[in-house]
Amino acid sequence: MKFVFSWILTMVSFIGLAQVTIKGKMTDTKNKPLAGGSISIKDSYDGTTTDSLGNFSFFTSEKGNWVLEASLSGYSSYVKNITIGSKGFELNIVVKELITELNAVVITAGAFEAGDKKKGTVLTPLDIVTTASADGDITGALKTLPGTQQVGETGGLFVRGGTAAESKIYIDGNLVNNFFYSSLPGIASRGRFNPFLFKGTIFSAGGYSALYGQALSSALILESTDLPEKTEANLSVSIIGVGTGIQKLAKDKKSSWGITYNFTHLGLAFAVIKQKQDYYKNPVFHEADANFRIRTKRGGMIKYYGYWSRGTVGYRTADIDSVTLKNAFELNNLNTYQNINLKENIGMGWKLITGLSFSTNKDDIANELQDAGNNKQNITSPVGYAFKNFNLLSKSYYAQARLVLEKKLKGMNTVRFGSDYFYSDEKATYTLYTGSQYETKLKDYLYAAFVETDFYISKDIAAKLGSRLEHSKQLNEWNIAPRISLAYKFKNNSQASIAYGIFFQTPESKYQPAAFGVGFAKATHYILQYQRINNFRSFRTELFYKKYNNLFKTGMDNFGRDVAVNNSGTGYAKGIEFFWRDKKTLKNVDYWLSYSYLDTKRDYLNFPALMAPNFAAKHTASLVVKKFVLPLKTGFNASYTFASGRPYYNLKYDNLLDKYIVADAGSTINYNNLGFSINYLPNLGKQGKKSFIVWVLSVSNILGQKQIFNYNYGSITDNKQLVGPTSKRFVYIGCFLSFGVDRTQDAINNNL
Amino acid sequence: MKKIFFAAVFILTAQFVMAQGSEKYNNAMKKNLELMTEAFKNPESLLALANNFERIGEAEKTEWLPFYYAALCQVNVGFMEADKSKTDGIADKATSLIDKADFLNPKNSEISCIKSMIASCHMMVDPMQRYMQYGAESSKQLQAAMQQDPANPRPELLIGQGLKYTPEQFGGGCKTAIVQLEASMKKFVAFTAASLLHPNWGKEMTMKMIDECK
Repeated sequence: MKFVFSWILTMVSFIGLAQVTIKGKMTDTKNKPLAGGSISIKDSYDGTTTDSLGNFSFFTSEKGNWVLEASLSGYSSYVKNITIGSKGFELNIVVKELITELNAVVITAGAFEAGDKKKGTVLTPLDIVTTASADGDITGALKTLPGTQQVGETGGLFVRGGTAAESKIYIDGNLVNNFFYSSLPGIASRGRFNPFLFKGTIFSAGGYSALYGQALSSALILESTDLPEKTEANLSVSIIGVGTGIQKLAKDKKSSWGITYNFTHLGLAFAVIKQKQDYYKNPVFHEADANFRIRTKRGGMIKYYGYWSRGTVGYRTADIDSVTLKNAFELNNLNTYQNINLKENIGMGWKLITGLSFSTNKDDIANELQDAGNNKQNITSPVGYAFKNFNLLSKSYYAQARLVLEKKLKGMNTVRFGSDYFYSDEKATYTLYTGSQYETKLKDYLYAAFVETDFYISKDIAAKLGSRLEHSKQLNEWNIAPRISLAYKFKNNSQASIAYGIFFQTPESKYQPAAFGVGFAKATHYILQYQRINNFRSFRTELFYKKYNNLFKTGMDNFGRDVAVNNSGTGYAKGIEFFWRDKKTLKNVDYWLSYSYLDTKRDYLNFPALMAPNFAAKHTASLVVKKFVLPLKTGFNASYTFASGRPYYNLKYDNLLDKYIVADAGSTINYNNLGFSINYLPNLGKQGKKSFIVWVLSVSNILGQKQIFNYNYGSITDNKQLVGPTSKRFVYIGCFLSFGVDRTQDAINNNL
Repeated sequence: MKKIFFAAVFILTAQFVMAQGSEKYNNAMKKNLELMTEAFKNPESLLALANNFERIGEAEKTEWLPFYYAALCQVNVGFMEADKSKTDGIADKATSLIDKADFLNPKNSEISCIKSMIASCHMMVDPMQRYMQYGAESSKQLQAAMQQDPANPRPELLIGQGLKYTPEQFGGGCKTAIVQLEASMKKFVAFTAASLLHPNWGKEMTMKMIDECK
């Protein structure tokens, strides 16, 4: 006992006597001092934290061989074997800065991202529904961003001098062929899908990733939501219809299912708001969707989304080629879309992303020439009038299979590759006034393989290199499309990017089958971008040049139908764009401002020469302002959009010259639109309430400014008819109820 | 006899060494806990303190409290950080610390409280974008904390604190906060920490907030 005691005593006194000092400095590889680094002798209590100059100094009473560790988040770890003797020593510690999602440059040229996970966030799903001019439509909100055109006469996205057909939309990687409701002559159709189905949106106005193809101008990439937070039931009542739905989350919170049903009837709205068209069949839609989502054991996700819709509409307009006659147009549509996806971690840092989609669309169109008493007229002299009596039945089936493998390497470097297979089968039956029928059939199998790598040279310089290979059976042609973008981050966290890429697209099916063999149309993008984004403010500017080659030229076939005849078309688009968003300067006010300058010309379809297309305005600007007034529990949103006048043409076939000529041309007046909307949340803050209510009131073109989108010309006469909005302004009133969850927290955080 | 003697010496020695180690541990913990109030005044000293606790935890390997305090200091460094681009990294560090505490002492109410604070810290970076994910996580952890130890006054303190800084129109403000804070205060009065080293913070803070709300 005595021995043990004295031994310990000796030890203690020995320790007390022999403390030594270890000191030094911690820096990164660029000799920048690092503050807050933790220095420790492993398995002892001894150590310290570096000061603001990176210096450290501490006493230790340990002796012998130890391991000294230094660590600081965001930097490589430092380990060194040391021997502590009777003298202290100095140590300089050098660590390397790690490349992480938090500090690395983001490759953003061409793309606007909206969502919750990326720091390049610009617009969120809630931003979309509270944008006054968007009317709850995803593409409506995108029209307040630079690069897009204010085309009011048809649906779709017209981006940087591209047509709507040059913009493709993907849900969870799968192409959506009928994202918009079937087009109606002179009326812009909306997107079919609810913005709240998606947690993330990437809107690329050019230079997009090699993972996507078949779009010369733009890709809109939507990512659907994961499991809902809670079980919830919804009910909506508005001037245009009613809807109901349920989302059920399983008890273990690992799976969910949901169904919704919407009934739309525009009869009431059209009775109050006078329409230019005379509706003999009010637009009526039945829509239903269903989904399920399952979280897998390895943290992956299986998602299914299915959509079904049936719609009818019939309306009369004045016939363009006469004074008294009318044109009656009727459409019956049936559309389905189904998409199942799996995202799974398959080990060793590999991720598998796979998807299958299947969709169908049926449009049954009947067009009639009618007299003042709405009776069908068959005028065969000149025969052009009789051609206005026709039926067109088109049926299409699309399927896609997609497989992507992704491997995360060291320092955020990533490699991904995969393959797409698209099947399309389109049939159209055209019934002439004589009763004779013409059928066109088009089947295509398009294969694509792609590879892409994100390559970080340092945290400040990154490159995305990719390439896509495609083969269309119908065109019997291969293409290879390289894509490159580079990004550099400056000291002040702003960044510059450049992008280059080649993009291919098959001709629109309405111009197929081609009279002669045609190949892919091609666009080459060059983009230069500068942006500075923090949590409350973002600024972005982009300079772009797009060169079109091999655009389709059309000619009349034997049945008077425009079909693709060759690939000799060309074109270009260049311009500069600015975007500024600020949530900070004005209290409780969020606003954004965008401006686009566009110079574009093209020679395609039946254009006689290189000319500015009628869907492109030189100057486009939008201002969107949102303010939430807490004491009133009300959000006020306004948006103003301006676009300079667009060119319009009367393109006519000249029999003598045997080619198309510009028989008449002009420019429309400038476009102005002030939209306004109010959201009122009466139950806000009433804790414990089982229901949550949102009232919405929105008015478009509140100032009643005259809007002209375009002019149409008669096919028989040279009569000119202006194409404008269907009513001077539209007023929407709706009420949305949700049960089972108090959304107060949601509202707080969305509005603070 | 000899055998027994040796055994006795061995046991005594072993106990003595353990007591010695434990004494070193107790003293180091006490010393650092005393620094706590002062350290909360600036993020640099709070970070240094977090590192001190972490070193103790790493050396001891079986004690959850050093990691608990390291995470508590670290998450508060996160709350104090003005540069929001750094907050996530700090919060992630706090998570790695509290996970070590959680591994040594699973399903602990105090640890759940820290997890809730870490989620709130992530949320603060961009409340608008992150509420869905981190707001839910934060309240889930507080619910768990209340279930794991109904006598713990800190979950109600954290709920009350959150409500106090929420606008009245959203159901926050002093009126609703005070209910939670007073419930917390009741528990504080009855609360005795398991030892001098066990969590015992928040009483003054609660009192102060109640006073401000009166």
